[in-house]
Amino acid sequence: MKLDYSNKVMDHFENPRNQGTIENADGIGEEGNPQCGDIMKIYIRVLDNRISDVKFQTFGCGAAIASSSMATELIKGKTLEEAWELSNKAVVSALEGLPPQKVHCSVLAEDAIHKAINDYRVKQGLIPWEEKAGKEPHHH
Amino acid sequence: MEDNKRIVYMDNAATTPLRPEVVDAMIPFMTENFGNPSSLYDIAKISREAVAKARSRVAAAIGAQDKEIYFTSGGTESDNWAIKGVCFANCDKGMHIITSSIEHHAVSYTCEWLEKQGFEVTYLPVDKYGMISPEDVKSSIRDDTILITVMFANNEIGTIEPIAEIGKIAREKGIIFHTDAVQAVGHVPIDVEEMNIDMLSLSGHKFNGPKGTGALYIGKRVKLDPLMHGGDQERKRRAGTENVPGIVGLALALELSVAELKESSERLTGLRNRLTEGLLKIPKSHLNGHPENRLPNNVNVTFEYIEGESILLMLNRKGIAASTGSACNSSSLEPSHVLTACGIPAEIVHGSLRLTIGEMTTDEDVDYVLKVVPEIVQKLRNMSPLTPDELRT
Repeated sequence: MKLDYSNKVMDHFENPRNQGTIENADGIGEEGNPQCGDIMKIYIRVLDNRISDVKFQTFGCGAAIASSSMATELIKGKTLEEAWELSNKAVVSALEGLPPQKVHCSVLAEDAIHKAINDYRVKQGLIPWEEKAGKEPHHH
Repeated sequence: MEDNKRIVYMDNAATTPLRPEVVDAMIPFMTENFGNPSSLYDIAKISREAVAKARSRVAAAIGAQDKEIYFTSGGTESDNWAIKGVCFANCDKGMHIITSSIEHHAVSYTCEWLEKQGFEVTYLPVDKYGMISPEDVKSSIRDDTILITVMFANNEIGTIEPIAEIGKIAREKGIIFHTDAVQAVGHVPIDVEEMNIDMLSLSGHKFNGPKGTGALYIGKRVKLDPLMHGGDQERKRRAGTENVPGIVGLALALELSVAELKESSERLTGLRNRLTEGLLKIPKSHLNGHPENRLPNNVNVTFEYIEGESILLMLNRKGIAASTGSACNSSSLEPSHVLTACGIPAEIVHGSLRLTIGEMTTDEDVDYVLKVVPEIVQKLRNMSPLTPDELRT
């Protein structure tokens, strides 16, 4: 039993913010796979280049659910450029830390958000943004 | 454990509480009767006699002779000693070991380490229930096989292996047969003579005895090297001052468990079956391990579309202590090798929940778990992107 989660992680795990789906979402991003034990799906609504609404669905451990919840809170109301800049480290620090073996869950959140933003961009006929080089892989 | 005072402990395969009478029996050996059994004076003699009595109790519990029982620090030491001890003492005869693919890491990692030292190991497969085939054991035996080590009952899925049949095969071929019986001793009847077991590992804290105590049964015909070198304790085979209070506690706990075995296993089997049937009413849930041939205290089910650590965290909030085979709950991030060996796909292994009941478990505990688990499964399924729409609420 992992009881070394921060109170912030446990709060977001037990009371997840922005859980659910958005019908006819402007962008959807899914990351992870069931073999690894975690999948995150992010839905975004975009109004005037801002994320006016965001929802998530997650299959995974406490850290994966808490990371999804925190990441969606951090990008809600932000411009797409600001949301793109959200790093996994920012998610970890907002959660007051994650156990080392769980940091990949926060990377999953960052990646799923990037996919959702690029899904929106492609649907708008825009060129998808490129991932920065040297990012941490989320897979174990 | 903040919003509920009720505690339901369903992780008895991990460890068990000490019985009060066991604690009472141990205390004098920590206080007034503290003598070192190797010394000459009277209080040492009391310790020496207590260890001898404990040895008789353990021997009687498994159908062995007193001088075939050696006290250790626990199941892990017993497994390490049995396997390494036999391999080092018999490597002139051969360097091949047969084991299963679902052993506890105390056995499997020991075998893997021996592979690095030049030994060869055959890891037998299991069927979907986690059963090892005695035929596979037979056909894997080579001229240079010196040891067969197969667990008595599996710690994750509770499946009881065909130990007597494997013992018979080993005895006919003259190969030493060791069984890690840590989950079985005190829970199912065991007779090392009848079952042709040459070596057997047991651990005190799995049957309401103290942690840090164990024993290895070593049949008379077995030649093995010590793991611990030093003093002359345990017939010069296991050095180190005896853990007298621990040994006393282990032996009494075992004697009591075996005396109550029939009654307690009937009661636990009833609770286990009710728990299993209730949990399997949840759609897309599956039982892991053998449906009948399993430990009376073990329930292991998987729930599709959700992950085990999340289940445990939510159960913990409701005061329920349980376990999972999910990768997310292990430091290695590898899913359970046992469930994987049973052919269960990785994405389903992640949603496994193990509940192991014990002497403390009541009917009310089972009712409570059967009320809480479906709610938690539903909550997590509503959150999961994998859940089909018809299972959402």
